[in-house]
Amino acid sequence: MASEEISTIVEKVGSSKGGLISILEEIQAKYSYLPEDALRAVAEETGRSLVDIYGVATFYRAFSLKPRGKHLISVCLGTACHVRGGPAIAEEIERQLGIKGGETTSDNEFTLETVNCLGACALGPVVVADGHYFSKMKISMVKGILDKVRVGLDRVEIDTDQRVFPLEVSCARCNHSLLDARNVIDGHPSIRITVSFGNKHGWFCLSSLYGSYEVSSEYDIPTDTIVNVFCPHCHAELIGGAKCGECGAPMVPMIVRGGGVVQICSRRGCKGHLLDLGGAASE
Amino acid sequence: MVTLYINGLKVSVEKGTTLLEAAQFLGFPIPTLCHMEGLSPYGACRLCVVEIGEGPRAKLVSSCTYPVEEGLKVRTASSRVIRARKMVLELLLASCPQSKIIQDLAAAHDIRKQRFRQEYEDCILCGLCVRMCEEQMMAKAIGFRGRGQNRSLGTPFDMNSDVCRQCGGCMYVCPACSLRCTYTEPEKAICGGCANLSPPCLEKEEFDDMMCYMQPCVACEIKKN
Ligand code: SF4
Ligand code: SF4
Ligand code: SF4
Ligand code: FES
Repeated sequence: MASEEISTIVEKVGSSKGGLISILEEIQAKYSYLPEDALRAVAEETGRSLVDIYGVATFYRAFSLKPRGKHLISVCLGTACHVRGGPAIAEEIERQLGIKGGETTSDNEFTLETVNCLGACALGPVVVADGHYFSKMKISMVKGILDKVRVGLDRVEIDTDQRVFPLEVSCARCNHSLLDARNVIDGHPSIRITVSFGNKHGWFCLSSLYGSYEVSSEYDIPTDTIVNVFCPHCHAELIGGAKCGECGAPMVPMIVRGGGVVQICSRRGCKGHLLDLGGAASE
Repeated sequence: MVTLYINGLKVSVEKGTTLLEAAQFLGFPIPTLCHMEGLSPYGACRLCVVEIGEGPRAKLVSSCTYPVEEGLKVRTASSRVIRARKMVLELLLASCPQSKIIQDLAAAHDIRKQRFRQEYEDCILCGLCVRMCEEQMMAKAIGFRGRGQNRSLGTPFDMNSDVCRQCGGCMYVCPACSLRCTYTEPEKAICGGCANLSPPCLEKEEFDDMMCYMQPCVACEIKKN
């Protein structure tokens, strides 16, 4: 572990008193966990005591002091998923992987964690594997999903996989559909929006498949840039009050046809998103 | 100066005084556990509850953290206060029955048994040791880790701390008596002695006349093996 890397992070995020969590977040994003040396380096760089840093690092569930596996499986045990059988799903995954919630398999392939509500209650029980959502989980689905995750979910044939579904979205202001049939991504019309960042302003298309992160765009947007998003039809900015649960950047809301709202994070590379179907089931 | 009434007695104290200090000034006893002069108030144990206000708006507050207010009516021993205090003590007994300090407090409140599931914790998370270490010893060697059920006390990474002064201050103030800072190296630890009625570590050969250095502490071994 290069302590210069930590210095850079500390410098970048700032060593102000409230900055500790952001510093730890950056380190966690970089190494996927908080290595001991890194925490010691942070203590040195910021002049805070190791006890305080360790206290914060162990307090929040988002931080991990142990290396995480290649694939992250999160089982929702929020109230709705709980009553719909989330615990049985969690148990089955635990049994098949041979680990408990919060643990990592010895081959470092899987980390299993349980979370308290992913905000997709209507679809419960929900399991998220490497950022892909699996709704209405049944025990019989566990094996198939684990197998696919092992191969790499991004390589799974989307057309034949019934659990991935396309969203039809429209602008919250003019209600014009944002789907662009001329630009097909993942075999479905993509969602076309206008983005601006720096002094660039151009089109951006993202896959309408919920769970896919395929995109194409006029300009290359550097990772980590926070963009402003506009409706290509009425040119209103798509912006709501919500902040991304993963990185804190503003969320971009879009109306889902049939009722509900989907929000995606405005930071390039961040996979934070929120689907609220407002009670209307997705079937 | 702020004037308030404690158990009907009028008293004027400096602004910023706590209810506990004001009551003690008048000589009304309030039991405390996580409070210690010279350390900042923390309000963790709730043993020092008193009742403030009147009628339906009366409420219980922890006197060690509550600053005096003009005209406030305080009762330090109403039946509601006593009930709450007894409950707190029963809960403390349920989690840490081996503590002499808790036993004494319970006895003083006429509590002979508790109604909850018996546990044998070696820490009641009162934070005395953390404040002692930080505020008096200027060491910041130990602190809270985790949260909720997993909240615990100790050094970062459970390792021998390089900033610990081995002063024994944490042990001295601990009502559950466990040394947190040096348990990984018993030979180096200093023992402040144990206020338990029969320190079980005395019977362990390898620790002979030493106490307090093990994780889990020997008293707590009862729970863990
Ligand atoms: S013995 Fe170590 S941990 Fe305990 S109060 Fe002293 S410096 Fe702090
Ligand atoms: S170790 Fe002792 S003093 Fe420290 S929080 Fe626990 S009970 Fe309180
Ligand atoms: S025997 Fe030692 S470790 Fe156990 S409670 Fe007493 S002083 Fe603490
Ligand atoms: S002495 Fe006041 S809460 Fe512990």
